[in-house]
Amino acid sequence: MSGRIVMGALAPHPPHLVYADNPKQNEPRAEGGWDVLRWGYEALRAKLKKKDYDVIIVHSPHWRTVVGHHFLGVPHFKSLSVDPIFPNLFRYHYDLKVDVPLAEAMCAEAAAQGLVTKMMRNEKFRVDYGTITACHMVNPDWDKPIVGVSANAAYDYFGNDVGDRQMIALGQAARRAVEKLGRRALVISSCSLSHRHFTTEPGVPEDMSYERIYNHNQYLWDMHVVKLLKTGKARELLDEMPDFIDQSVSEARAGSLTFLLSALGFPTQPAEVHAYGTVIGTGNAVVSWDMEAA
Amino acid sequence: MSVVRGYIVPGKPQPLLTPDAAPGYRKLADAFGMVREEIAASEADLIMIYSTKWLSVIGHQIQADPKPTWVHVDPEWHDLGEIPYSFVIDSEYAAAYEAAAKKRGLTARTVAYRGFPIDTGTITALKLLNPENRIPACVVSCNMYADRAETIVLGKAARDAAEQLGKKVIAVAVTQLSNRMVTEFIDPKTDRISSLKDDEWNRKVLEFLGNGRLEDVSQLARQFFREANADQRFKAIWWLAALMGQNNDYEGRVLAYEPIWGTGATVVSLNPMERGATNVEFDEDDVEVYRGDRNVLDR
Ligand SMILES: [Fe+2]
Repeated sequence: MSGRIVMGALAPHPPHLVYADNPKQNEPRAEGGWDVLRWGYEALRAKLKKKDYDVIIVHSPHWRTVVGHHFLGVPHFKSLSVDPIFPNLFRYHYDLKVDVPLAEAMCAEAAAQGLVTKMMRNEKFRVDYGTITACHMVNPDWDKPIVGVSANAAYDYFGNDVGDRQMIALGQAARRAVEKLGRRALVISSCSLSHRHFTTEPGVPEDMSYERIYNHNQYLWDMHVVKLLKTGKARELLDEMPDFIDQSVSEARAGSLTFLLSALGFPTQPAEVHAYGTVIGTGNAVVSWDMEAA
Repeated sequence: MSVVRGYIVPGKPQPLLTPDAAPGYRKLADAFGMVREEIAASEADLIMIYSTKWLSVIGHQIQADPKPTWVHVDPEWHDLGEIPYSFVIDSEYAAAYEAAAKKRGLTARTVAYRGFPIDTGTITALKLLNPENRIPACVVSCNMYADRAETIVLGKAARDAAEQLGKKVIAVAVTQLSNRMVTEFIDPKTDRISSLKDDEWNRKVLEFLGNGRLEDVSQLARQFFREANADQRFKAIWWLAALMGQNNDYEGRVLAYEPIWGTGATVVSLNPMERGATNVEFDEDDVEVYRGDRNVLDR
């Protein structure tokens, strides 16, 4: 059986989106908010419902590691995730399964590429909220196992080019592992585009009269990136990634977007953009690539 | 005097979890032990922590859960084991700190949620400095966007709250000095500061601190950050210096300086004392009320 990545998605993780959806797993209650982004996720979920896939590989900026790229390596996690930055919005009871053989294969492939790697084997580990939010938004039923990958700080430590190079290798490793193990995988990049936040919050966090992009520069960069994705110019985006990261304070600095584009082989097919919207000033797009339609 | 002692301690878990993995970790753990004894012998009734490992975006968050309890696993150092904790937090002080911060123009809020992920730096400090929870504690976050003015005002607000409630405070800045980690797996016994330049800058700062010149270090923080990859722009020192009264009037002691995975880890004790003449150079602006970083040109 030969495996493949059947779909890829940019799946941003502001906890606001889970909060606004009021799922039973999350403790706080909301009166809505950020509807366009949530409709975008609805459209993405409708697409995924028709897809036959058996694992979600997720790269998350909020599991930050400096010494290597880490992979969740415990079959089952069940706990409460409280967002340290927005604890008022996100206190989520999760219960998830991990595809440990695939995680181990990815870890081995990445090590073979020369990356520093480590399996995370501590059963008491709390899965980060970036992983949980993105996975919830694409698959709230949690009926597929995941492979969680940490965000190595190479961009901060050495520079954007070095970070990108590592993420390209990591994306290739993911693809090879998926093929070797015969999995049909969904790969998601849990990150925003432009990422300067407002540092104040309205009394009612979902009061949409306060929600807007932090500044016009961020909006222009976001639209530029969205346009590149829509026109199948993933390689051109990679060329511009260091500038995009610096000039829009992008969360792509965590490597999640480059990892995704690399895992998908820098797709030349047009991406489907399901939504764009802001969350406390940051720019977020819900985007997917159906690799079987390519 | 509302602040009876000030300390700088590192935020990485090795001195707590693997103190004997390297001679340097043992020295740091022993230095934590010395501080623990100093604190126990003091008349303090509050341990106030600023941790660079607790980042915030919406202003400044202040821990107010009276008894936060969990089993913590560090995202990076998960293989060193889990850390069960249960702390005693002074919620009355937390509320007073929030109010004082708001009065000085800051955005602030208390947090008290079951399962809130208290950061590794705070946990390490409290477990090693106050293992029996003999003295209630409080913790404030490190806003990722905050610069000097905001952080100074945050330190002053901590002092306002302590004076208002008549608290005798132990002030603890949880921060590395240079913060460039080695990016590979190493035998901890071979651990060393990741660059000679970082090491030299660390030692310069420690020379100042050993002479009790906390405010001078606070004035130098920007340069130190640029030169030595200091932890979170070395903001913790702004907070500590502001809380302790913006002076150089301390008996300073460097109890340990060792590498943790390439970063500069130190335990420094600052004991306030009267000095006849202090020589403080204020290059930087002093700020009483935070009015925001934007719209500067309008004023
Ligand atoms: Fe994020």
